[in-house]
Amino acid sequence: MSVGKTSWQTTRTGLVSPRKTVQFRTKQVTGGSAIVDLWEGLRHAFWLVVTLDAELAEIALRSLRVTLTALVIACLIALPLAALLAVRRFRWRRATIALLNALMGLPPVVVGLIVYILFSRSGPMGALGLLFTPTAMIIAQVIIIVPLIASIAHQSLRELWAEYHDLLISMNVTQMQKMRTLLWDARRALLTAALAGFGRGSGEVGAIMIVGGNIDNVTRVLTTAIALETGKGEFALALALGFVLIALALGVNLAIHWIGQTERDSRW
Amino acid sequence: MVALFPLTLRAAETSRRGKRLVGPVDLSLDGQGLCVVMGPNGSGKTTLLRLMHGTARLTGGSVTWACDTDTARHAQAFVFQRPVVLRRTVEENLTYPLRLRGVGRTPARAAARDWANRVGLEPHLTRRAMVLSGGEQQKLAIARALITDPALVFLDEPTASLDGRAMREIEAILHTAKADGTRLILSTHDMGQARRIADTVVFMLGGKVHETGPANSFFDAP
Repeated sequence: MSVGKTSWQTTRTGLVSPRKTVQFRTKQVTGGSAIVDLWEGLRHAFWLVVTLDAELAEIALRSLRVTLTALVIACLIALPLAALLAVRRFRWRRATIALLNALMGLPPVVVGLIVYILFSRSGPMGALGLLFTPTAMIIAQVIIIVPLIASIAHQSLRELWAEYHDLLISMNVTQMQKMRTLLWDARRALLTAALAGFGRGSGEVGAIMIVGGNIDNVTRVLTTAIALETGKGEFALALALGFVLIALALGVNLAIHWIGQTERDSRW
Repeated sequence: MVALFPLTLRAAETSRRGKRLVGPVDLSLDGQGLCVVMGPNGSGKTTLLRLMHGTARLTGGSVTWACDTDTARHAQAFVFQRPVVLRRTVEENLTYPLRLRGVGRTPARAAARDWANRVGLEPHLTRRAMVLSGGEQQKLAIARALITDPALVFLDEPTASLDGRAMREIEAILHTAKADGTRLILSTHDMGQARRIADTVVFMLGGKVHETGPANSFFDAP
């Protein structure tokens, strides 16, 4: 990075060259600090995408794979749990709901630390050899997003259960049938819960940095790459990666809404 | 069809937080026609229906059927004052109880079409039930209750918030169901409606049954 100096390397197309050699423009301000040109980051991101930068594609795909896998696993745990909490009365139900709500604010760094200790060589699950692998990152993300998805889903399912309670009781449906009915009929609201989980997972950096180690070609994902580039002072590249991450999140959200047909016909 | 009757209530009562809501009630109902449970608001009509259906907790006495309670519960349906419709299409609402009982998708859909036709909802088969009018939703709820061919249907003031036309349409559906051999127990505070449709009357006041008997003698010499 060259502070206070404008240094450009251009290609034949006139665009900024790939990030490995790029010198990005900064503006000198008083006190020696610099303001990164956002426009430059956006152009850089565009360049990385249109040139199908291999490293970017690998990092982005790993990010998607880790987050989507964590999301699927978390949904498989959180949604039935939320339905069970909605339809079944048991001794520790209120305490469980309160705990889930409290765990929504679980500090990711602490989750990362706990997973790190569990899977470290001397830890109780060290023999599995999962530390610094994408699997460990998925486990950490699942722990972080399960309470979030379960809490949001429970709110929706509780309201629906209040509406359906008398009918389903009078129909003599089993506990499992009640849960399946609620989960199916509230699927659009549950989509929102899942997307909130995806948002939290895809933007997560603290835990996966600890358990993944940000190893190039192994556990580096968009968020950890952004943290790395920011630490190196490569703000334009960090911004470019940030824009790619936002684009990915938007793409996944739009795809899920499209698949779920949330705005079809007169349905809101 | 399962033989449910006679239905016998002996000193049946239900209380909540120490306050007796209904009872003690001694009542015996046979399996014929349409029984109307009448009474002013707050007299315990809904609670009595729920007590008989088994969705209100019995805190004293007994409710007995000619068969065992589980079999009896499966041969009944309940229609609520405020229609409860699933957040699904009309067809899916109608197929729901059949699918729960393991009926295949194709015969369930055929039965749904048949019942939608009977209650005049066929044009709305693919519409979402939530967008139907109150009267249409109640017709849907009644059709969904009748689609499993239950021996007994409880109806808790099914026409309470409907206009005259919707009320008559629902009464026509109930007449047909009665003619098909379904036992109906309906609560209402509408004297006119009770006169039109009742075969037997149970009159309630203050949580207790004050009078029971054939509709003719009840209305001629109350």
